[in-house]
Amino acid sequence: MSEPFVCPLPFLHSETVQMAHGAGGRFSQELTKQVFMPHLGNAFLDLMDDQAKLTLPSGRIAFSTDTYVVTPCIFPGGTIGSLAVNGTVNDLAVGGARPLYLSAGFVLEEGFPLAELEGIVRSMAEAARKAGVLIVTGDTKVVQRGSCDRIFINTSGIGLLRDDVTLSCRNLKPGDAILLSGTVGDHGMSIMTAREGLSFQSGITSDCASLNHMMEALLDAVPEVHAMRDPTRGGVAAVLNELAVSSSVGVELVEDAIPVNAEVRGACELLGIDPLHVANEGKIIVALPAAAVYRALDVLRSFDEGRNAAVIGSASAEHSGMVIMKTVFGSRRIVDLPAGEQLPRIC
Amino acid sequence: MKYLDEYRDPKLALRLLDEIRRKATRRWTIMEICGGQTHSVMRNGIDQLLPETVELVHGPGCPVCVTPLETIERALAVAAIPGVILASFGDMLRVPGSEKDLFMARSEGADVRIVFSPLDALQIARDNPGKEVVFLAVGFETTAPANAMAVRQAAREGVANFSELVSQVMVPPAMRAILSSPGNRVQGFLAAGHVCAIMGWEEYEPVAEAFGVPIVPTGFEPVDLLDGILRVVEMLEEGRSGVLNAYGRIVSREGNLEARKVMQEVFEVADRPWRGIGVIPASGLVLRGEYARFDAEKRFDVGHIAPQESRLCRSGEVLQGHLKPDACPAFGSECTPQSPLGATMVSSEGACAAYYRYHRNPDSL
Repeated sequence: MSEPFVCPLPFLHSETVQMAHGAGGRFSQELTKQVFMPHLGNAFLDLMDDQAKLTLPSGRIAFSTDTYVVTPCIFPGGTIGSLAVNGTVNDLAVGGARPLYLSAGFVLEEGFPLAELEGIVRSMAEAARKAGVLIVTGDTKVVQRGSCDRIFINTSGIGLLRDDVTLSCRNLKPGDAILLSGTVGDHGMSIMTAREGLSFQSGITSDCASLNHMMEALLDAVPEVHAMRDPTRGGVAAVLNELAVSSSVGVELVEDAIPVNAEVRGACELLGIDPLHVANEGKIIVALPAAAVYRALDVLRSFDEGRNAAVIGSASAEHSGMVIMKTVFGSRRIVDLPAGEQLPRIC
Repeated sequence: MKYLDEYRDPKLALRLLDEIRRKATRRWTIMEICGGQTHSVMRNGIDQLLPETVELVHGPGCPVCVTPLETIERALAVAAIPGVILASFGDMLRVPGSEKDLFMARSEGADVRIVFSPLDALQIARDNPGKEVVFLAVGFETTAPANAMAVRQAAREGVANFSELVSQVMVPPAMRAILSSPGNRVQGFLAAGHVCAIMGWEEYEPVAEAFGVPIVPTGFEPVDLLDGILRVVEMLEEGRSGVLNAYGRIVSREGNLEARKVMQEVFEVADRPWRGIGVIPASGLVLRGEYARFDAEKRFDVGHIAPQESRLCRSGEVLQGHLKPDACPAFGSECTPQSPLGATMVSSEGACAAYYRYHRNPDSL
């Protein structure tokens, strides 16, 4: 008997993503089995259902979503995959939630190298492991060349809210101390200097990291924290301006108290950029009663991600809604929101 | 950071301030020419630290601010031509034309790219032989050598698809215009350190002599600025005019001879309109006849362009030191960086933008 007729399929062992990889058929299964499952697999994902069925402890749940389009998708200190995990984990944690489960949705451009995809998935798995979260459901779409820029990832996450803290951007009180967990601008400048077209090289590494363990330890020791925010796009300047407006307080910064890595400072000087406007992906800003400052600093500095934590300023009843910097010369100036586009697609 | 921290030393700065306070026995009005200096003055709050006897007024040295609206409109029109890649420094993209800026043009499909050097634009031209690459060549004597070099290089290599939309201006004619203008209050100048790095300081000697003013080439860091101010104050108090270089680590008398040579080879002096100020004779640079084929204005016929300036905007007075930005009735109300009426509110070197960014509510500082 002759072989049954087989429709000529595209090359199964392609080295790049093909349209068929997103078509839901055999190629999609291959991609899931060979690239995603070996790294991300767990008891929920392994069932390969269209949904994850989760049992949650009673209490309030935090739910957050973010879409990641950073270019280049692999940069010093991270990948779009680790960023997608850490970003959503941190968005949950700054609200006082313990992150538990994430979803991951991929949009891939046809022709994207599978080896690169596997590297990104591996870094996602590593980030999830460090943060102690599981990726429990996922989806992959492939679009034609030119319809997206290589790879986009969406992650959504849920976490269990602590009931012993009240964190809100409206909670700052005059007299509060403002803490920053480390140096500013590392992520944004690592992306900027990794871009093509900028003809200088640097050793700047992104600070991309999950901070949920550090934040949990902080809240265990200092439940009276008033507000926490991660200064991502728009940098420290944008977050402090938002906090000042939301809480109707003024924020006063001390110029020489703000930690900036020397190389980041150098790159910012060359490009004429204020480090306070540059994105971070592994830092938090904490506002808390001044009496709790040293307790908080001790906790933050006991973590590698918080070793450079510092008090950078305070909240005040004056100049409500504005952020003012006391310069090293004793003069004062406004620290404004960054105007317009500084650098697109940093996260 | 070496070469930076020592010029931001608070102790040194305070010592210079004391010296300025001691030396200034009368009221003096000093203009810092360069927008970069204005920015540093505002960012570091140097105006708050100076004694009442010394007033700084802000000069026209912001290339984006003085680029005529007509040039912006022309760039928008050229960018809209199919097959054109318009390359520019980032600041120019946000300058509003009559109806839109270059960012909006890009969102409508124009190929507008930010570059950090005109040589990058030339590279885009080499890489895209099927496209016309136009570089928006604005600026003072600081950008002129590199802009000239890109054209010279294009000519040598025969890169026929490269051209420049030129709006080059020069500092000394603007200083003469300011000193000759009715109601001028400027008694001494901090000359722009980077311009002097290219041109040297010898070309300021005739200006200082003709108008009897002190001119001090000055850097951009707080200690540099205070050092420059101190020297101008000393000269004013002693009734001396002339040029005294306070930026010796960068500026020499004759400047960068190689840079000046390539400028002269490619550009020639011409009358030039300055936005908000008007035409200043012999204040600009245009491509010489033998490089005319690289002139985008000649290459692309976009018809007659005669844009209307905002009637509320008084940036011309700001650029000449007649009006402080926050004394303009539109400042912070009709005119903000989000919806600017004039280029001085757009550019990172614009005086109005610097006031808005760092000092817009001085009572609260």
